[in-house]
Amino acid sequence: MTAILVGAAARSAVMLLLMLTVCAYMTLLERRLIARFQLRHGPIRVGPWGLFQPLADAAKLIFKENFIPSRADVLVYWIAPAISMIAALFVYSVIPLGPEMTILGYTVPFYVADVNIGVLVVLGAASLGVYGIILGGWSANSKYALLGSLRSTAQVISYELTLGLAVVSVVLTAGSLSLVDIVNAQQRMWFIVSQPLGFVLFMIAAFAETNRAPFDLPEAEQELIAGFHTEYGGFKFAMFYVGEYIGIVTMSLLASTLFLGGWHGPFFPGPWWVAVKTFAFVFFFIWVRATLPRVRHDQLMALGWKVLVPLGLLNVVVTAVVVLLRGG
Amino acid sequence: MPGVLRQSLAMLRGLLITGRYLFRRPVTTRYPEVKTKVEARFKGRHWLTLYGDSMERCVGCELCVIVCPSQAIYVKAAENTPERQVSKGERHAEQFQINMLRCIFCGFCEEACPTGAIILGRDYELSGYDRASLIYTKEMLTEPYPGASGRDPGREV
Repeated sequence: MTAILVGAAARSAVMLLLMLTVCAYMTLLERRLIARFQLRHGPIRVGPWGLFQPLADAAKLIFKENFIPSRADVLVYWIAPAISMIAALFVYSVIPLGPEMTILGYTVPFYVADVNIGVLVVLGAASLGVYGIILGGWSANSKYALLGSLRSTAQVISYELTLGLAVVSVVLTAGSLSLVDIVNAQQRMWFIVSQPLGFVLFMIAAFAETNRAPFDLPEAEQELIAGFHTEYGGFKFAMFYVGEYIGIVTMSLLASTLFLGGWHGPFFPGPWWVAVKTFAFVFFFIWVRATLPRVRHDQLMALGWKVLVPLGLLNVVVTAVVVLLRGG
Repeated sequence: MPGVLRQSLAMLRGLLITGRYLFRRPVTTRYPEVKTKVEARFKGRHWLTLYGDSMERCVGCELCVIVCPSQAIYVKAAENTPERQVSKGERHAEQFQINMLRCIFCGFCEEACPTGAIILGRDYELSGYDRASLIYTKEMLTEPYPGASGRDPGREV
């Protein structure tokens, strides 16, 4: 019992450190890549190739003045960024980075826990992040923050439905809610082949869910300054950002887990394939941000409810019928 | 439905275009290490130029002081004497100061100068830690040797 607890604690510690590092360096990757897309250099001054930039940013944010707007709801104002970050990190308790592997004679699973309702945990924790957004926007007592958080919430809730429907079709195909089982079900064929529509729906919903361009309406600088975190500064702001970037990594990991066969791939060990596939998706997120302009809010809502949700439902029905006919 | 297809294709084309840009060389430069070459007629730091025989061109006429729209120039003229002939005219500039904080680098002084003494050079790195250090004196403005500013010492004006 103790051994299991220690193992789980060690794995979650490693996972937390890994995700925070990944998130910190994703900011650098994004800034460098966006810069190159726009024919600039980007941050190259701190360390070789700007590699220490995230450290400098973190140090700067920690030592910033602890600013609280007047008439803010102080308790909620403090809790909101924590909810945002914790909900984003919590997802990693069930997302597998690789299969069970033997290292130095020990059997090490490359996931914190193999929960039999893993997919539900991921979607549930991601939904909890909305509380961070709406509370952050509400507590600051600022109209821009409130408008941004309302938009954000409407958007995330609408697209969660599409995301859920895309995931349901995968779950039906795999016959399990456990992410480890879903990956193992793709041993012979990746689900992107059997669920192409599901994959497209998932990707569009993932972009909206993470509030990324072209669906970055909550942060529409021209109208809302910065959206729900307008009134945040210092490390509380950083926590919102950590939450957002981890959300991007989560969606990339989920996409590679649900549709690209997770750790399955030739020649190289599992975690390597997970990293490569996830990086490809992260790159795609940044690439899209460098390319597509922002959509209008009514377009966003119309796309979500009039196109994606019906398509998602159709996809689920067709998948269910096919699974049933094959005697699944 | 064809509209949707066309728009999706347009998005993909956009992605390809930005994708190509990713492999282009950045148009910005890594400034302190790599400096952009300035144009031939760039208007930067001023020089008080000399004739080939090291005689000062400035005759202390103060036309630059009059034409300067930001009143950045101060000239105190003095008579040339047979014992001390500094310039080729009757007078020379005993003091010549340009306040680089006021100067707008319009080049009017260069156009007004009857002897071509004051010119605007190529140097644009003109920062300092205090105001006093940015009032350039005659010693700082005068070319160290004829032609140091890049202009031909033998030119007419």
